[in-house]
Amino acid sequence: MSDALDSAKPIKKPKRVLPEHFKSYTGVWVFIEHERGHVHPVSWELLGKGRLLADSLGVTLAGVVLGGTDETVRALTDEAIAYGADQCYLMQSEVLADYRNQPYTAGMTTLVNTYQPEVLLLGATTQGRDLAGSVATTLLTGLTADCTGLEIDMSDRSLLSSRPTFGGSLMCTIVNLATRPQMATVRPRVMPMPERMDGRSGEVITHALDLTEDAVVTKQVDFIPDARADKPQLAFSDFIVSGGRGLAKPENFDKVFDLARVLGAEVGASRPAVHAGWVDPERQVGQSGKTVRPKFYLAAGISGAVQHRVGMEGADVIAAINLDAKAPIFDIANYALVGNALELLPALRDAFARRLAATRAHRAAAPAEPVATETEERN
Amino acid sequence: MHIAVCIKQVPDSAQIRVHPVTNTIMRQGVPAIVNPFDLFALEEALRIKDQSGATITVLTMGPPQAEDALRKCLSYGADRAILITDKVFSGADTLATSYVLASALRTLDAQQPLDLIFTGKQTIDGDTAQVGPGIAIRLGYQLLTYVSAIRELNVDARQIFVERRAEGGVQVLQSTLPAVITMLEGANEMRFADMPGMFRAARQEVERWDREAAGIADIKQVGLKGSPTAVAQVFGPKPKAVKAVRIEGDTPVALADAFVERLFTDFPQLEDALLDHLDQLADLGAKS
Ligand SMILES: Cc1cc2nc3c(=O)[nH]c(=O)nc-3n(C[C@H](O)[C@H](O)[C@H](O)COP(=O)(O)OP(=O)(O)OC[C@H]3O[C@@H](n4cnc5c(N)ncnc54)[C@H](O)[C@@H]3O)c2cc1C
Ligand SMILES: Nc1ncnc2c1ncn2[C@@H]1O[C@H](COP(=O)(O)O)[C@@H](O)[C@H]1O
Repeated sequence: MSDALDSAKPIKKPKRVLPEHFKSYTGVWVFIEHERGHVHPVSWELLGKGRLLADSLGVTLAGVVLGGTDETVRALTDEAIAYGADQCYLMQSEVLADYRNQPYTAGMTTLVNTYQPEVLLLGATTQGRDLAGSVATTLLTGLTADCTGLEIDMSDRSLLSSRPTFGGSLMCTIVNLATRPQMATVRPRVMPMPERMDGRSGEVITHALDLTEDAVVTKQVDFIPDARADKPQLAFSDFIVSGGRGLAKPENFDKVFDLARVLGAEVGASRPAVHAGWVDPERQVGQSGKTVRPKFYLAAGISGAVQHRVGMEGADVIAAINLDAKAPIFDIANYALVGNALELLPALRDAFARRLAATRAHRAAAPAEPVATETEERN
Repeated sequence: MHIAVCIKQVPDSAQIRVHPVTNTIMRQGVPAIVNPFDLFALEEALRIKDQSGATITVLTMGPPQAEDALRKCLSYGADRAILITDKVFSGADTLATSYVLASALRTLDAQQPLDLIFTGKQTIDGDTAQVGPGIAIRLGYQLLTYVSAIRELNVDARQIFVERRAEGGVQVLQSTLPAVITMLEGANEMRFADMPGMFRAARQEVERWDREAAGIADIKQVGLKGSPTAVAQVFGPKPKAVKAVRIEGDTPVALADAFVERLFTDFPQLEDALLDHLDQLADLGAKS
């Protein structure tokens, strides 16, 4: 929904003058979120989007890395530059080793007050939202949460942040009137992942944090990592088959799992299917669930409510099965399969299995068919 | 022990409908409820009260009718309810909201010192998760967000241990009172209000605080004026530019075959990606 600004209804901004001292604020910043050596991919997604915003503003794009004193933290600046940043702000301190609100808020506000960016973006994660809310309040600037779209209004260089509103039934665009930086948190998996460009070079600006451990009140006494293995990795799956209320009964969900098995796909669900207890809450796709960006998404017995759509419309190819030819899911699907999911899911399982087996057999017999070049042009 | 719980009255968004043509919200008949996420905050406070005794004050900034939401909280077992209401508060974004709530909480703290402030994870209408952090920063209290469990609370030692949901796991944090806790959904299960509770709530007074009573010093920081952000546009979801291709077939089997054929003709690279993906899965399976 990043470019969904409806030109029919003009943007209306209350008149407010940007105070003189904010006019020199320049540059787009992206907070590089990491935890226990693992960078949250939303940071790279934001650098991709930030690149576009910085280019339209004609300013530099900077990554902001806060963390402990080890080398792996410093190495994140190279990563950020490879993903599109021109510069990186680096703040390393023992008190920043684990994420904690107080030292991170202190660090980020220090950097903002010193180097004065006009836009500051963070991931809408538990870390990003914790930090963004605290930083915005400390700086007394505006913050838009959980955005799905970002654009620049060049008439006044303002950031237009769009997000679902009213329980997701509508979208709204929010502007920051007269304060800087203009802050937003952005949902993971909404912005496309940018290309990594090794060998890009950029400037690293280090800045010390004036805070010692005895002044930090909250201590991390333990960290219990998630047992990732048995959790569905929906957000990063390339193939997803989802089911909704249309499947009517928990045992009918087996048909979704059966098709998913043939495709090696992850299973998703709409909220009613989760609420009814048919599947694990981790599988919910949508506004109050996961945002996904698979190569292929199949929705079976899902009507296509906005709250579901915001979670899956970034998929490359969408197919939907629905009894109702007028179901809203068909407004965003590439393929409409009008019919009964209980019959079509098993038929699809067999059809996919046959087709994939045939293609394999064919390729084994005549390897290295030059189809690849032709296909690239098609899309 | 004195605990404040910030709650908000919200429209039951499950029942909001959008007018299909005008894209306006149809509010008529949509019931108002206590923000569902705030009930986890209230329940956690009630559990502390059950275990070690506490006074629970629920408060909200909202229009006069938000009194109903506070009364609901009283029926569950909260002791005192404060409605912070004033015309100048309208149009507040999260920064202006946290300013009003923090001012009121400071006033409340002066009456009876606060040990803990609970908020929900987020509201279902604002959906920002910003008001809790805003309150903590303004009051200078420790902020503990996305708390899934309170492990230990020692009021005498002014100490609290909580589990906090982080991205790759759960952080166990040790902090000091007073603290602001934003409670994660599912952390507990809300109790039912019993008959005596409901009768008590019906009789009980809901205090009304206007701007002065709440101790608000700077009028420029409240309401629309105090809000750095503004909604510039509201719009409906845009339909995809391309229309869905309707796949035909006399039987489910014919339809399924026609679809798979069409899909891989239109997107041959999808079939390649799928085969690669299945090969990778097979490799992984073979290794483990
Ligand atoms: C604040 C808020 C957050 C929300 N968050 C989410 C979220 O994260 N994710 C989410 O999904 N929803 C969310 N919702 C709910 C959302 O509004 C819809 O209610 C929900 O997506 C509908 O799910 P559904 O399509 O499965 O069910 P329905 O809308 O009931 O649709 C069922 C569909 O199945 C079709 N059907 C019936 N039988 C068959 C059959 N045999 N074969 C084929 N088709 C059949 C019907 O024609 C219908 O289109 C949220 C709502 C709110 C208010
Ligand atoms: N007007 C309000 N009055 C009292 N508490 C509020 C109000 N708005 C938000 N809150 C609290 O702050 C939390 C986060 O809200 P939000 O930032 O709007 O998502 C909610 O769960 C409430 O506990």
